[in-house]
Amino acid sequence: METKLEVKDLCYSYHTLEGETQALSELSFDVKDGEFFAVVGPSGCGKSTLLSLLSGLMEPEKGEIRIDGTDRKDSDAVIGYMFQRDHLFEWRTIFSNVSLGLEIQHRFDDKAREELMGMLDTYGLSGFLNARPGQLSGGMRQRAALIRTLALKPDILLLDEPFSALDYQTRLEVCDDISTIIRTRRKTAVLITHDLSEAISVADRILVLSSRPAKVKGIVEISFAPEFDRPLARRNAPEFSSYFNELWKELKNDE
Amino acid sequence: MSELSRSQQDYLARERQHRAQVRILRAMVLVLLLALWELCARLGIIDSFIFSSPVKVWRCFAEMAGDGSIFCHIGVTLFETLISFVLVVAVGVAAAVALWGSRGLSEVLEPYLVMLNSLPKSALAPLLIVWMGNNMRTIIMAAVSVAVFGSILTLHTGFMQTDPDKIRLIRSLGGTKKDILVKVLIPSSVPLIISNMKVNVGLCLVGVIIGEFLSAKAGLGYLIIYASQVFKMDMLVMSIVILCILSTVLYQAIAAVEKRCL
Repeated sequence: METKLEVKDLCYSYHTLEGETQALSELSFDVKDGEFFAVVGPSGCGKSTLLSLLSGLMEPEKGEIRIDGTDRKDSDAVIGYMFQRDHLFEWRTIFSNVSLGLEIQHRFDDKAREELMGMLDTYGLSGFLNARPGQLSGGMRQRAALIRTLALKPDILLLDEPFSALDYQTRLEVCDDISTIIRTRRKTAVLITHDLSEAISVADRILVLSSRPAKVKGIVEISFAPEFDRPLARRNAPEFSSYFNELWKELKNDE
Repeated sequence: MSELSRSQQDYLARERQHRAQVRILRAMVLVLLLALWELCARLGIIDSFIFSSPVKVWRCFAEMAGDGSIFCHIGVTLFETLISFVLVVAVGVAAAVALWGSRGLSEVLEPYLVMLNSLPKSALAPLLIVWMGNNMRTIIMAAVSVAVFGSILTLHTGFMQTDPDKIRLIRSLGGTKKDILVKVLIPSSVPLIISNMKVNVGLCLVGVIIGEFLSAKAGLGYLIIYASQVFKMDMLVMSIVILCILSTVLYQAIAAVEKRCL
């Protein structure tokens, strides 16, 4: 598989009048095309900073981010971003929420509308086009948020703990649902989470970060037998707990 | 409709009874006060030349309604209030957006806005008369000055509290500052803007009355000053009663808009 995303010696610090806080320190890793890549680490270690840099919301201080071999700034790759909360706008209908990105980029033509309707249909939201976000369940809202992101045909999807605002049961279901959608569409995805089980249940590889300033502690390859290869099924697989222990040790290990 | 349970029916009955009681008591407070006032005036306990009385106030209103003059005064005050209200909302929103758009601008202007907001605006009215003359423009300016600075500060504070993740969302979808303004800031601030309008309409009325006290040939504020100078207490009390009604009507009008929008 080809390398889709390449991060090399990435550094970032936050500046305030009280001083400087280093968030990322010489972070390097690759993500392959079509891979589901997870990043875990202790809270406040700079995971969200990493996603902001990857998405271009912030500029790195040092280091490189390359997409398909070109620097992120010069690349015309589209990067989709899913947030912790769905941020569907209550003053818009579901349809005008999912078309928000297209609307902003002035790409909302008949073809885009047709594709959008197709996606809404596939993911069971076609009956809610004119509903308000408040009328949808937490899981359906996250699906709508995913469709809003997918509508722009992103090359890379960034997921910033997209399930953490949901209650536990919904969370398992939505995680299964969303990650299956992403896998069937063969999207390259980077998920950040502090939930080790969640990372194991969806990812192909997991990057473990140290506490702040974030450094790479290790990368764990995850593979399951085909009969277990779906997030909810993975949790029942015998390897699940050994992966969990491996990650746990990696996280705890202070060199 | 399904049959309501016994306890639900009881609850609804209790609730209806409570509401009826409140309505009746509200009306009784008014009737009792008016009756007491009238009685005291008739019995000579209070001097009705100084304190007026409900019947005399009503007669005064009937007389001025007869020649139409009272409607002219109400119209002038209402017109001035509405014009200044529209100006305050327009200037308030535009200025708050400008301050939101530029951190530098808002930091430079902040102390001045705070100062202007806490300044008692009635102190400005004499100055405005000298600058702009004895006319309606002055009154409208006085009313705008009463409401506009507070409005700018309130709206700006509200705008700055827009969910930063919603702004990040727009930016991650490739949006510019203008998209953030049009697609997040303004729509998410509609409740704030409307509640601010409720405050402003009252303040504009205050400003108009201050202005009319000092420079006017018509309007309820003018009527109050004129009546106090010639000791027509009936007319004075009547003007105040009309002002009460006017301010309630204006407030309720905006509350109705709020109900429709939200």
